[in-house]
Amino acid sequence: MLNFVLLIFIYSGIYALMAMGQNVITGYVGLLSLCQAGFFAIGSYATAILSVTYGWNFWLTIPIAGVLAALSGVLIGLPTLRLKGDYLAIATLGFGEIVRNILNNWDSLTRGPMGIQRIPMATVFGLKISPYEKWGFLVMVWIFVLVGYLFFRHLARSRMGRALEAIREDEIAASSMGINTTKYKVWAFALGAFAAGVAGSLQAVFTLSVSPGTFTFMVSIMVLCMVVLGGMGNFLAVILGAFLIQFISYFPQLVGLSNIIPPQFKQVLFGLILVVMMIWRPQGILGRAPRMTLNPKKKQPKDSDGGEK
Amino acid sequence: MGSAAEFFQHLMNGLTLGGIYALIALGYTMVYGILKFINFAHGDILMVGSYIGLFVYNAIRGQILGFWTIIAFFLSMLVGMVFSAVLGIAIERIAYKPLRKATRLAPLLSAIGVSFILSNLAAWMWGTKSKKLEYPFNNAPLHIGGVAITPHQILILVVVIVMMVALKLFIDRSRMGKAMRATSLDQDTAKLMGVKVDRIIALTFAIGSALAATAGFLIALEIKVYPSMGTMTGLKAFVAAVVGGIGNISGAMVGGILLGLIETFGVALIGIPYGLRDTIAFAVLIIILLVKPEGLLGKAEKEKV
Repeated sequence: MLNFVLLIFIYSGIYALMAMGQNVITGYVGLLSLCQAGFFAIGSYATAILSVTYGWNFWLTIPIAGVLAALSGVLIGLPTLRLKGDYLAIATLGFGEIVRNILNNWDSLTRGPMGIQRIPMATVFGLKISPYEKWGFLVMVWIFVLVGYLFFRHLARSRMGRALEAIREDEIAASSMGINTTKYKVWAFALGAFAAGVAGSLQAVFTLSVSPGTFTFMVSIMVLCMVVLGGMGNFLAVILGAFLIQFISYFPQLVGLSNIIPPQFKQVLFGLILVVMMIWRPQGILGRAPRMTLNPKKKQPKDSDGGEK
Repeated sequence: MGSAAEFFQHLMNGLTLGGIYALIALGYTMVYGILKFINFAHGDILMVGSYIGLFVYNAIRGQILGFWTIIAFFLSMLVGMVFSAVLGIAIERIAYKPLRKATRLAPLLSAIGVSFILSNLAAWMWGTKSKKLEYPFNNAPLHIGGVAITPHQILILVVVIVMMVALKLFIDRSRMGKAMRATSLDQDTAKLMGVKVDRIIALTFAIGSALAATAGFLIALEIKVYPSMGTMTGLKAFVAAVVGGIGNISGAMVGGILLGLIETFGVALIGIPYGLRDTIAFAVLIIILLVKPEGLLGKAEKEKV
């Protein structure tokens, strides 16, 4: 039972990283990206291939995993982000499928549908962080989440964060204020992908094996749900969302009803969450993070969600 | 490339595939033309329509023999179309209509939610195993000058052509069609001119969904019916709509047929491995977005504040 709770927390952490990346793209720039699963897969396979085939240390594979994911993000982002946001949704949807397609077919590198097994465990000062004794792993994952949170919070309060929000509110107005919208959008997209790549790395050393079947469209939908449920544009809320979605996801096993509740049930629930939240509470459970103002006493203007067309 | 016969063979295959894409693309483009958003659930509406058609057909097929099987086939298709149309209208009312004044992101997210609900409900209720739809006729290919044409392909072409001509006439000639065009140009002005915009939007969803169900039922003969059958087909049809110029009805028809041809000839002539066939459509999407983002028949719109 305790093991199970720890498992939920570990997955919450891994997904929280992905969800924070999604939040930069969807919550800040207001773009719909549907391929966190694809970046997640790229990160996972980078770590798996580098550490199994080439014998690299896990810690060295993390930046590579992140950068590879970010680069592939730039690759799809450059042609689509110059245009209206809608195309990004379709291009990313296709990209996620293509990644899985390639993982399944490039046998010499990815070993096809079988995947890669026996990934070495991560070590710290010669000490193994075993996924079987979950406490150590839990701490490691949540340190990553903390670092990610601090980084993204800093980013949100920087010039770039303000530029991204300006683009979301009105792209034409933003560009006429001198903001290079394409540049910022591509950057945001790359950072979001980077976070998912790092999450993929962690996933690889947690399950100690990777296979294409893990990285389905459902993963991207779950991540999206986390952001929408917690609150778009609020990194703390997104972490909460990650926990809630993982909890729902494992609830049937947790109460021992997994043979009564069909696996599709939670997926239908995820779909419902998206629709219901959009109609009744588009700002999410916690809502958007309050913006910094010069005069703290002045009341914040109402959130812009649902305001303009 | 081998002989002329081989060329015509690929041409025939490409045209039928393209016709299917075109039928589905029409739904995307019509909704986009009026509401300016991508209806992600379109492919899943196709799937539900195919299931309903299949159930009806299997229920009545046993009783009738001979020529009547074909009538039963079309009747089942019709039931699937009507069911999809109603489903399309219901989805619009419940999941999209409350969001018309919301941010651009809201209806997109809602549509993805609907898509996920439909495909998983289908898997839950009807199982993930694919179901076979029997041919209502003998599908032995006819050989015409070295080109093998199956009756199935002829059926697809006939249905696609009939549907397209009917739709084109409806949009260009009828009062409702005129109202539809007006709504797509400017919703507020159309409303002032006495167009019942809500009703037009519902009609748009109904027509688009019915066309998708038709396409789904037609391809089900070959690829069977399963819960995720609409996903890839829907995506490619969307690419077709973008290629032709999203929002443009003739564009969707041209784009669909073009994509079908590119895919067939890409595998047959250029030798793109069959496993990567699905990738072709996305390469086409990226190229068209780089070169001519407004599509072949679309007009470039300058966004204004």
